[in-house]
Amino acid sequence: MLDRNEDILQAAEDWKKEGRGVALATVMETWGSAPRPAGSNLVINDEGTFLGSVSGGCVEGAVVTEALDVIASGEPKMLEFGVADETAWNVGLSCGGTIRVFVEKVG
Amino acid sequence: MKLETLEQINIERAARRPVFVVTDVASGEQRLVKAADLAADPLREELAKQLRMGRSAMIEADGRKLFVNVHAPTAQLVVIGAVHISQALVPMARALGYDVTVVDPRTAFASPERFPDVPLIAEWPDEALPRLNVDRFTAFVAVTHDPKIDDPALLHAFKSGCFYIGALGSRKTHARRVERLKAQGASDAEIASIHAPIGLAIGAVSPGEVAVSIMAEITAALRLPKAGAP
Repeated sequence: MLDRNEDILQAAEDWKKEGRGVALATVMETWGSAPRPAGSNLVINDEGTFLGSVSGGCVEGAVVTEALDVIASGEPKMLEFGVADETAWNVGLSCGGTIRVFVEKVG
Repeated sequence: MKLETLEQINIERAARRPVFVVTDVASGEQRLVKAADLAADPLREELAKQLRMGRSAMIEADGRKLFVNVHAPTAQLVVIGAVHISQALVPMARALGYDVTVVDPRTAFASPERFPDVPLIAEWPDEALPRLNVDRFTAFVAVTHDPKIDDPALLHAFKSGCFYIGALGSRKTHARRVERLKAQGASDAEIASIHAPIGLAIGAVSPGEVAVSIMAEITAALRLPKAGAP
């Protein structure tokens, strides 16, 4: 109830209707000190423009790269990341964390 | 995700209706469950629980791994009364993720100097409230201490299914309020839905402490299971 995915998902719809290739990335599972909860979204278009986040910023680059593949192939992917320790230290947790992100094409 | 599914999600969200997307992780297959169809859904208990907690999560059903993404409306807090307590309550509610609106027809109270950056409506509740989408994801507090303002606001809240209604005032003040509201046609159930005296009993003294007690009571109303509900 307290997240703000609405503008992100609206942007994904708008992009698609403009004829862009669009992918939707969703955090599906988290372990340890993952910075964004399950359900968090990142939307990516075929120009590499993205909105939202699936982590504190550390894995977005990799997700965008994979998303471009997904847009091209149409095949969904499940990605798994260990959140870098450096990021974890910043929030006072040294244990790191792991997130699993589902990337799917829209349309 | 099909474009049609995404469109439906956005329509439901814009209308402040909850919607679920259930994804079969192995196959990528997806289905949408609207709030109106929740009661008939085979996963209704899980979905209702996740909605209450505002939490998306992986579940197992019939040996399949399913991801349930809950798209719940942002909770809002409507505050009737631009008073001292509200000045403490508003930033606290925002920190908890609520969209907050303050309504008070008294322009001396409802001034931007007292409530910087807060949506502030200096109108009577009868005029202001119909525009505000007061709904079951809304917490509603009436804290003006003025029956001319609080009473009509509460009557509106009764008809809107708010998950929380609170009104400031001692037991004595509340007893008089109950008499007035009954005279205006409020039912016993509606009267009983008012949290009054407002807030959890934590011995709050300062406006900030009263705000803590109110937000704690609102949080409990939002997150704890209701009797008889899944």
